[in-house]
Amino acid sequence: MRLSAFEIGCVRGNRYIFQKLSFAVGAGQCLLVHGPNGAGKSTLLRVIAGLLPISSGRLNLEGGDTDQTLGEQAHYFGHQDALKSSLSVRENLSFWALYFGGVAEAVEKALESVGLAPLSNLPAAHLSAGQRRRLSLARLLVSERPIWLLDEPTAALDTAAQDRLTELMRAHLGRGGIIVAATHGPIGLSDAQAIRLGAR
Amino acid sequence: MIPLSALLIRDVRLALRVGGGALMGVLFFMTVVAIVPFAVGPDLALLHRIGPAILWVGALLASLLTLDRLFAADHEDGSLDLLLMARTPLELAIVVKALAHWLTTALPLVGAVPVLALFLDLESRAAAAVALTLLVGTPALTCIGLIGSALAVALHRGGLLLPVLVLPLTVPVLIFGVSASNAAIGGPVPFGAPFTILIALSLASLVIGPFAAAAALRHGAE
Amino acid sequence: MGLVAFANPSRFLALAERLLPWLIGATALTFAIGLYQAFFVAPDDYQQGATVRIMFIHVPAAWLGMFCWALMSMSALGTLVWRHPLADVALKTAAPIGAAFAALCLITGSLWGRPMWGTYWVWDARLTSVLVLFLMYLGLIALWRAVEDPSRAGRAAAIFTLVGAINLPIIKFSVDWWNTLHQPASVFRVGGSTIHPTILLPLLTMAAAFTLLFATLNLCAMRNEILRRRVRTLQIMQAEAASGTSP
Repeated sequence: MRLSAFEIGCVRGNRYIFQKLSFAVGAGQCLLVHGPNGAGKSTLLRVIAGLLPISSGRLNLEGGDTDQTLGEQAHYFGHQDALKSSLSVRENLSFWALYFGGVAEAVEKALESVGLAPLSNLPAAHLSAGQRRRLSLARLLVSERPIWLLDEPTAALDTAAQDRLTELMRAHLGRGGIIVAATHGPIGLSDAQAIRLGAR
Repeated sequence: MIPLSALLIRDVRLALRVGGGALMGVLFFMTVVAIVPFAVGPDLALLHRIGPAILWVGALLASLLTLDRLFAADHEDGSLDLLLMARTPLELAIVVKALAHWLTTALPLVGAVPVLALFLDLESRAAAAVALTLLVGTPALTCIGLIGSALAVALHRGGLLLPVLVLPLTVPVLIFGVSASNAAIGGPVPFGAPFTILIALSLASLVIGPFAAAAALRHGAE
Repeated sequence: MGLVAFANPSRFLALAERLLPWLIGATALTFAIGLYQAFFVAPDDYQQGATVRIMFIHVPAAWLGMFCWALMSMSALGTLVWRHPLADVALKTAAPIGAAFAALCLITGSLWGRPMWGTYWVWDARLTSVLVLFLMYLGLIALWRAVEDPSRAGRAAAIFTLVGAINLPIIKFSVDWWNTLHQPASVFRVGGSTIHPTILLPLLTMAAAFTLLFATLNLCAMRNEILRRRVRTLQIMQAEAASGTSP
């Protein structure tokens, strides 16, 4: 499996956010997207997720499921947690598990692996910012999708949780997955390739 | 089917829990209906004559004003992005969300009609007629309102824009809803004609609403 | 940084520049002929007297009010399907013009109604349909005014326009049905083959004049809108350039 972009550009409101951007990520590889605020990192991830149209160039996934769009084969982990405060931790996660075609059994395991199992009956409203982030991260584990799109994944995570994130990312890469992560700092993966988006 | 039933359960749960809007609609409905006699006077004969109209206008406002948050909440917390990326077609997801909204907001309105009918001096036959027409007509209101709700998200604007856009579109539903109610009480036309047209309006809105709303939401994510 | 979608509107601006004088001339000429016919050639109605002449403004205004929404629906398809930049512009600029025609129709309708019905407003089927149409135009204008970024508003406006286009015949049908239910049929009958040529000819001339007026106004408005968007883009670029040079 190989995710490749050839000279893609994205126009928002009559201006290019980025243009002539090319990269290729193979199975088991991670691409880090660096750049200052406003350089278009989030935009690039949303473009890959299919939430924004590309204005020029080509974006391809070779070896993926041809019946599905690129976005349908990707998990998007953005700034927003997609959690409902009035639902419990388990209810929040179970919903996404079922909606993404995963199995209910995966929920407990995922809660275990992000360290939220003891809190599973609490309403999400009571969670701290870091706990919400971890619960949101657990969403990537309850259903299998080959591409992970992570937007500032380490934000609001403490050191222990960051290490856990790195482990989860390694495991995903080990299964032959692809990760594209927008990040400011290092992420703990030594062999990742990186591209840099410039300021406009 | 599993994803859709999961979505239905989630939305119904959200509506019934703290912060949800399930009771708000019916409360608003009762308040509007209770306020009309203060404006037109306590003349029961007059209230009896315009009773079905009052109930229909109240139900119209109650179902539209509660639709404001239908997509906005999912948009703000990022759920909408994930719904867009799911394998379930967005149009079906919208139908299910509309169903959840209808079950938690419009159906209680129908249930409240017998009580409110007492205030308006409507006999049981008239109350049943209004309840029946609301049962059949509110899906149309919900589906037309969906479009406004999705446009409000696409434009990042809430508030009064939704009713301003949507209310003119609901004129046919209002006309045939009230006509059918009046017909059942003994109006100038037989009950069947306006009632079947009302059903037709509901079915047509059920098709147009989700497609238009999905188009607006896809654009809104951009 | 690129200024996307500039080349095509530039050609349009040049074309508009060449076309406008001719359009203005044709509009003025047709109006002169139409108004002359309406006021001096067409006979008084045996019942309504000279009041019937309001019809020569009222009826074309109603036609244009509906025609404008039909045209906007085509622009809306252009926006949604082909993403044509000019369709978006035409969609935006036509709305206030359509609203003006609908308003003109309502005003002349109530002026006509005063001597005929003895009141400025009667819930007549035609007038009521135009009133709903007028409200929809206002809603559309409100939608455009709700957001500052025209590219964001464009597709939302297009979707609403198409939904409105599907709804308008249904609204018309419902209002007619509602009207016959509550009061006897309208007195204001124009149409069918019974209409006399001395009335039909000025009416058609006025309709042509109104259509030309619409074309002229919309062309001017589109030109202004394109220039307005250029100014906006230049302002954004200026702000960006300034933020780039400062530390």
